Amino acid sequence: MNDDRRKVLKGTGGMAVMGLAASAGLFVPGSAWAQAWNKAAFETKSLADTVKAMGGTGATESKDVVITSPDIAENGAVVPFTIASRLPKTESIALLVEKNPNVLAASFNIPQGTEAGVTTRVKMGQTSNVTALVKADGKFYYTTKEVKVTLGGCGG
Amino acid sequence: MADPMKIRATMSGDKVEVKVLMSHEMETGQRKDSKGAAIPAHFIQSVTATHNGKVVLSAEWGPAVSKNPFLSFKFAGGKPGDKVTITWTDNKGDKRTDEATIS
Repeated sequence: MNDDRRKVLKGTGGMAVMGLAASAGLFVPGSAWAQAWNKAAFETKSLADTVKAMGGTGATESKDVVITSPDIAENGAVVPFTIASRLPKTESIALLVEKNPNVLAASFNIPQGTEAGVTTRVKMGQTSNVTALVKADGKFYYTTKEVKVTLGGCGG
Repeated sequence: MADPMKIRATMSGDKVEVKVLMSHEMETGQRKDSKGAAIPAHFIQSVTATHNGKVVLSAEWGPAVSKNPFLSFKFAGGKPGDKVTITWTDNKGDKRTDEATIS
């Protein structure tokens, strides 16, 4: 919270006003820029629902999808994940944390020429199964791994 | 308003490896302040990386991505001296674009 204030103080003239407007919530979510964001998918509570929200009918388990992460995460606020797909024509990669309030954490679109592998960090509320969902050649594939969390990252 | 991203783009074999560290609080909307009122969600929703005008990666994020997000990926077709541009947009409409030169 204090970050906001600091930024406002730091910002000059017009920027400070923008900052105030933003922190007061005057920019209503749902305007044009937000339409590209797949809200339905980010509100799902299970893998099956997420697949549906992304336009698929079901997903098959595949050994060609690989999750690299620690087996035990000491700090649930920052859990590093690398997801790689060896499937040909990989179009997108998504990361789902089963026991988070909303399962979908992040989704990446992989254009041609980009390696089907991304690394990022996510928050985990508690020990949970983590699923990497890959869309390749129009079909969905997934792999699941359990990650134990010592200290949850959502309670603050 | 937001601090600049740290972007590093290096050649790794014939591909370009891009590492990005963004500066964002990534508030989930699940937490409560000391008075018990919910802190509104504030997080990056979309990230786009382009190279020579071509999108090399786009991402949609939920609030579960960690504070000060890190992202790393590789793409083909870049060469030293080219520019890689990264843009993010958060759920309050805030935007930030930064670029880095491939080395």
